[in-house]
Amino acid sequence: MPDITFQQQRYPLLEGESVLDGLLRQGVSVPSSCRSGICHSCMMHAELGTPPPAAQQRLKEAQRELGYFLGCQCIPTEDMEVALPGDEEWPLQDCALMAKEPLGHDLVRLRLHAPPEFDYRAGQFINLHRNTELVRSYSLASTPSIEEYLELHIQRVANGRMSEWLCDEAVVGATLRIQGPLGDCYYHPGHPDQPMLLIGTGSGLAPLWGIVRDALLQGHHAPIHLYHGCRAAAGLYLVEELQSLAAEHTNFFYHPCVSGSQTPDQVRAGRANDMALADHAQLKGWQVYLCGNADMVKQTKMKAFLAGAALGDIHADPFEFSHNAGQPDASKAAPAARSSVGS
Amino acid sequence: MSQSLYERIGGEAAVNAAVDIFYRKVLADERINRFFEGVDMDKQATKQKAFLTYAFGGPHNYTGKDMRQGHAHLVKQGLNDSHFDAVMEHLGATLTELKVPAELIAQAAAIAESTRNDVLGR
Repeated sequence: MPDITFQQQRYPLLEGESVLDGLLRQGVSVPSSCRSGICHSCMMHAELGTPPPAAQQRLKEAQRELGYFLGCQCIPTEDMEVALPGDEEWPLQDCALMAKEPLGHDLVRLRLHAPPEFDYRAGQFINLHRNTELVRSYSLASTPSIEEYLELHIQRVANGRMSEWLCDEAVVGATLRIQGPLGDCYYHPGHPDQPMLLIGTGSGLAPLWGIVRDALLQGHHAPIHLYHGCRAAAGLYLVEELQSLAAEHTNFFYHPCVSGSQTPDQVRAGRANDMALADHAQLKGWQVYLCGNADMVKQTKMKAFLAGAALGDIHADPFEFSHNAGQPDASKAAPAARSSVGS
Repeated sequence: MSQSLYERIGGEAAVNAAVDIFYRKVLADERINRFFEGVDMDKQATKQKAFLTYAFGGPHNYTGKDMRQGHAHLVKQGLNDSHFDAVMEHLGATLTELKVPAELIAQAAAIAESTRNDVLGR
């Protein structure tokens, strides 16, 4: 019978026993409720070993790809090492910094050589490691079918140890260590008739730039509305690129928004999320993508859901500020199905 | 020949159809939505699914203890019968919207009602 390793302890399973039942029988505390694969309370991550298909069939595609499974539905055929969401350990890979250039106000574009067989979707993120204790998450702005490299948009954060190092010190040719790809904020093909609403603030544009291009490449034909918001007009970037994309595709609409006092021509005055929800009050049947400021993402997720979007159609990527001994840095949160972010 | 309540309501598909509708009604309700402030919506939806599965007579591992522990911090914030009644209203309205026959709604409501004292920590 297979053994399950959980938090460095080995737990043998009985014949025909599920991972959940085996762990509970041996006194391990794992959240669970229906034990029938319906409620998803017992979702776990396979650190080693492959869960049988039955343990994954009810999960979202992104969860399956990342190796999540339902403990109650998992009767393994081989030894497995498992972890609860939030405790996963992702393998590290080396990649070289191949280009670095300013992209806008306090914003730097990095391009990395993708590690071999780095199979990702536009909009996912990676964890970037400077050393064992300094880890930050950054969204991928590249689209795999367009670019061979990985592209990141690094927002400089005052006293942010990672962002200042990346902006000021990291040189082309340097080796960076990354984990990933992670996250489920990416274009979900197969529904080209669903209108898409994408809202990003600051460097939250990075994943959306990838998602929009991916959607258009894959023939998404319903309207795609992108709202990019910044406090000042200087924060807007990729403006010309987005304008030309909108000129090329009649179903793509670009809405730059500035919430501060000075608003240039052709830029909306106000917050991107407010503008977007005012323009689209009814979101039933829409796909919604939210990236950037964590409070904006959280509030807008709730509002989009109340406006009728299905929870499963709302893909959110909140950027949190990590406080590491008083040193903030732009980084993402570590919600259940995401990588934990080292502090 | 007799089908279980869970089968008659529509099983897993009914739970999946109900969860967004039910959760949206709860979040839109000014009487109770403050209890859901700051919670992770995806995790909360998982809990709602477990609750709906139970109320629909489906498979569960219901223990009053979990329900008590899960709501203890809300009871301290003033969670009481009126709030529980509001949730019951939304459960009924959700099932009505899904065109579940009244007789089955009554059975589901009775199961949900049986959690009242655990939820309110009595």
